[in-house]
Amino acid sequence: MKPRVAFFDFASCEGCQLTVINLEDEILDILDKVDIVNFREAISDQSEEYDVAIIEGSITREHDKERLEKIREKAKVVVAIGACATTGGLNALKNLKPLSFIKNAVYGESASYYNSFDKAYPISAFVKVDYFVWGCPIDKNEFLEVFRSILLGKKPEIPNYPICVECRLKENICVFEKGMTCVGPITRAGCGAICPSYGSGCEGCRGYLDNPEINAEKDILKKYGKTVDQITSDINLFNAYREDK
Amino acid sequence: MKDINIHVKYLTRVEGHGDIVVNANNGNIEKISLDVIESPRFFEGFMIGRSWNEISHIVCRICGICSVGHSTASIKATEEAFGIIPSEQTITLRKLNLYAEFIQSHILHLYFLAVPDFLNVTSAFKLIPTHPQAVLRGLKLKKLANDFSGVICGRHIHNLSQVVGGYTAIPKKKDLEDVLRRLEEALPDLNETVELLKQLKMPELDRETEYISLQSDNEFALYDGEIYSSDTGRDNHKNYKKYTNEFCVPHSTAKHAKANRDSFMVGSLARVNNNFDKLSPLAKSVASSVGFKAPINNPYYNNVAQLIETAHCFEESIKMLTELTRKGLKEETPKVTVRAGNGVGAVEVPRGILYHEYSYNSEGKLTYANCIIPTGQNLENIELDMKKLVPEIIEKENESEITKKLEMLVRAYDPCISCSTHLLNVDFKK
Repeated sequence: MKPRVAFFDFASCEGCQLTVINLEDEILDILDKVDIVNFREAISDQSEEYDVAIIEGSITREHDKERLEKIREKAKVVVAIGACATTGGLNALKNLKPLSFIKNAVYGESASYYNSFDKAYPISAFVKVDYFVWGCPIDKNEFLEVFRSILLGKKPEIPNYPICVECRLKENICVFEKGMTCVGPITRAGCGAICPSYGSGCEGCRGYLDNPEINAEKDILKKYGKTVDQITSDINLFNAYREDK
Repeated sequence: MKDINIHVKYLTRVEGHGDIVVNANNGNIEKISLDVIESPRFFEGFMIGRSWNEISHIVCRICGICSVGHSTASIKATEEAFGIIPSEQTITLRKLNLYAEFIQSHILHLYFLAVPDFLNVTSAFKLIPTHPQAVLRGLKLKKLANDFSGVICGRHIHNLSQVVGGYTAIPKKKDLEDVLRRLEEALPDLNETVELLKQLKMPELDRETEYISLQSDNEFALYDGEIYSSDTGRDNHKNYKKYTNEFCVPHSTAKHAKANRDSFMVGSLARVNNNFDKLSPLAKSVASSVGFKAPINNPYYNNVAQLIETAHCFEESIKMLTELTRKGLKEETPKVTVRAGNGVGAVEVPRGILYHEYSYNSEGKLTYANCIIPTGQNLENIELDMKKLVPEIIEKENESEITKKLEMLVRAYDPCISCSTHLLNVDFKK
């Protein structure tokens, strides 16, 4: 029997699942190798029986946490895709402010109606995650690498070196040289340094390296006359959950 | 007289989480609603205090499908607040990027979300054995649109180079020529799509409503224009709150909106109804070949209007790319002077009119944000359509047929529920 794959989503933009739907050249091959039994964004069939659960989105409500735990019980393999699921992503920016402030800004007088956790969490805060596909959105090729690895039962090759390595390979001018700030030195590579290649600094959407060289980032900041405070806000953009913890 | 209890949990082939609920007791309809159960993300709250240059990169993450639309509305709001007038080249590139997003989104909706219902299958992938050419054509057109957007702004989902004041990377002429060639070569695929849609029978439903879209004297308004209501005519985009009075409903979990009547509609059908005369020649010929005569008051025809708009975006893109590649592109660096101010960006995105309003302090930090998305504007209209439809078919059709028509109705609007920036959780006793 082909492995049964189910997609699930929580608080997110669904852009990572859309990235999977956008695998126009590969999708027919994927469908040949596995049975996709749950993919609400694209398929009406829904099944409670699956081997691999691929999950997008952050956890922000008790109800979502319970649903996630049920998925973990059923699945043999759990894959977190995208920044919301792997690092908490942008959703965790709300963790840095009191929930009452955030709720009032969005809902005004009706704020008290809404039930939500004070914080947004990556799924690994509640369940064991077997594979991580980083990024906002995920990179197509990295998703395919992880997908293949699961089918073959091998460990996927995910970089554990900083974005700067890829930036140099691309022969980009260092973002700091242009007077901008960048969190590339502490961020996990794998995207091909795509943001610096299009003229902005790395925003850190792929999360920190396993052992980020915080001192290297500090040295670079010093060299360009910038302070840690100046990049705290940049770091928080996608890593607020970790910074707040 | 019939009893029915329909509860479609986690409606599929839509973006985001919604339930359809219909209860009828002895032929009396007690409840019909579309409940939005999406988790809230609080963008307008957590963005406060952040710097102007991050905002468009943050809000494009509201939605993966209309990412370019959110970034465009955001950039326009910030530019209005700072008094920035973008260059002609920048506006051309932004329009092209919107066309790419419309093609991508409409093709995705038509081929992969809507068509399966009409052919009685549960997903487009189930059509591989019976309609392989259609599936491959859908994938090809979608890929073309995604690549098109990638050439303009780096990538379609969460674009890279489209920023306040212009572009941080100018597209390469060769890549634009390549897209132009592929668009021209794909025109027969567009024709085939028209032929496919002609074979699909739209369910019947006639309910006249208020149609709201942007409108412009110069073109079929997508990037820019004034707000136009089919009831009250044109108004300045700054008055958008008059057309989006948001209100809470006791039976659902999302804010609804109204303008001049109980509900209104935005999106492809509203735009094509309001601005038919501004469509490109190809789009008009597609309309006539599928028998579309504006105005049409059947919401299922939103699918058809999407196809007409796809033809428009194809033809306009070919025209603009031909001109742009002939003239060549200039290197331009975005220039921004920060000041305190307020601005509103109104843009048409695939599902309808999108508004972003921001206030900034003198340091360029955000002090206020309001984002009103199309699906929120349509929710009340969808429910009123459901309330018109169910009594018309309740005695004639069985529960599964009724359920299917309701699902198709909601899907016809191509709702994007994960976009919903404003949600309310009100307990409902079922």
